[in-house]
Amino acid sequence: MSEEKWTVNFVVYRKKGEGAPHYQTFTLEVSPEEYVIDGVERIWAFHDRSLVFAHACHHSTCGACGMRVNGVEKLTCITRIRDVTSNGGTLRIEPLRNFPVISDLVVDMSRLYVGMDKVHAPAVHPLSMAPLEGEGIKPPREVPMDDGKEYLRLADCIECGLCISACPVAGTAEEYLGPAVLAAAQLQGLGRAPDLTAVVDCVDGVWRCHSAYECTAVCPSSVDPGWRIMDLRRQVLAQRIRRWFGGA
Amino acid sequence: MENPTKKPNTRGILDWFDPRGRRVGGWGFILNRLTAIGLTVYLYLHLIMLGKLAQGPEAYDSFIAFAKQPLIMFGEMLVIIGGLYHGLNGVRIALNSFGVGVPAQKQLLYGVLGLTLVGSLIFGLRMFATH
Ligand code: HEM
Ligand code: SF4
Ligand code: FES
Repeated sequence: MSEEKWTVNFVVYRKKGEGAPHYQTFTLEVSPEEYVIDGVERIWAFHDRSLVFAHACHHSTCGACGMRVNGVEKLTCITRIRDVTSNGGTLRIEPLRNFPVISDLVVDMSRLYVGMDKVHAPAVHPLSMAPLEGEGIKPPREVPMDDGKEYLRLADCIECGLCISACPVAGTAEEYLGPAVLAAAQLQGLGRAPDLTAVVDCVDGVWRCHSAYECTAVCPSSVDPGWRIMDLRRQVLAQRIRRWFGGA
Repeated sequence: MENPTKKPNTRGILDWFDPRGRRVGGWGFILNRLTAIGLTVYLYLHLIMLGKLAQGPEAYDSFIAFAKQPLIMFGEMLVIIGGLYHGLNGVRIALNSFGVGVPAQKQLLYGVLGLTLVGSLIFGLRMFATH
């Protein structure tokens, strides 16, 4: 790591209980090669032990460290300070939007998990379905396979919620399933999982999307939820057209 | 952990229009929504104006004379720009919704903006040439 040191003002969103939110500034010496989460951890370690934030893996796998950094949704564990500010500059650190704030930088992501359950792609599987020895792994329902007959992961979605935060209409449509959930439905496909049609073909499903493509812009895991929503629309429309012509 | 308020962290409709931190697709959405609202307001103004026809030729003629001031002509220009953008972008969104051209949504939006510019210039030149 370089010896270079930067002085950066972390302007951090604070909110406890029913209290009004406010911003608190912490000026830190950091290496520009460090990640944003490193600064947040240092604030907690050396300046204010009451700062609440979430992380686990530190390598873009768990999806816990999502925050708004200078107004843009980022996984803070893979966002280098050099890429989002300058020496003497500011980092405005806020919790994700469109979820209720629990405390400071931590939000309640139930909205996302409940949606994942609705499309049969739960974030957490029952223990009985996760054999620890690795043999006889049985997905809860038919999960698509690639040509080599390997199970496809849930399109690499790490359930970080960045896409719901970036969506300009998710705040005024609390029941909107949202990009990650619709992407999980698209991956299964309405042909394979016809019962999903009723879940996604509704005002708070594929038709709530207003094509801003902000979900795709912020997704750290190449899920491309914007494209998947549009593809799901295509599937819904194809089904309807088939039905008009008397098809199944 | 107990969640004190279940209200999502949002500024409501202000978040529809905030361009900060957003990218090309997001700006396209903001413009579409603004032009949609603008066109809807214009539709009502337009109907009121057409209502002058029912009040006889004098009322209509005096309105047309009134409408030739620069400010109104500037407003008409905005309607053309907004209408062109909204209509062309509507075609882009409709295509995308059939699964067509989604990976090229940015390029399509630049195309929409380009056609809006060209169409507005042509209309503007003709409007100023005839008045
Ligand atoms: C040229 C013909 C037009 C086309 C192709 C068109 C297309 C569209 C499309 C595809 C949308 C949905 C956008 C989205 O998903 O966010 C939309 C929204 C809308 N349009 Fe149009 N439109 C046209 C003309 C008009 C006119 C003349 C008006 C008003 C008088 C209008 C008012 C609206 C409104 C209020 C919305 C909702 C805006 C929103 O949800 O953000 N449109 N239009
Ligand atoms: S689709 Fe992308 S941005 Fe949305 S929750 Fe999944 S990984 Fe995160
Ligand atoms: S800490 Fe796990 S994704 Fe960032």
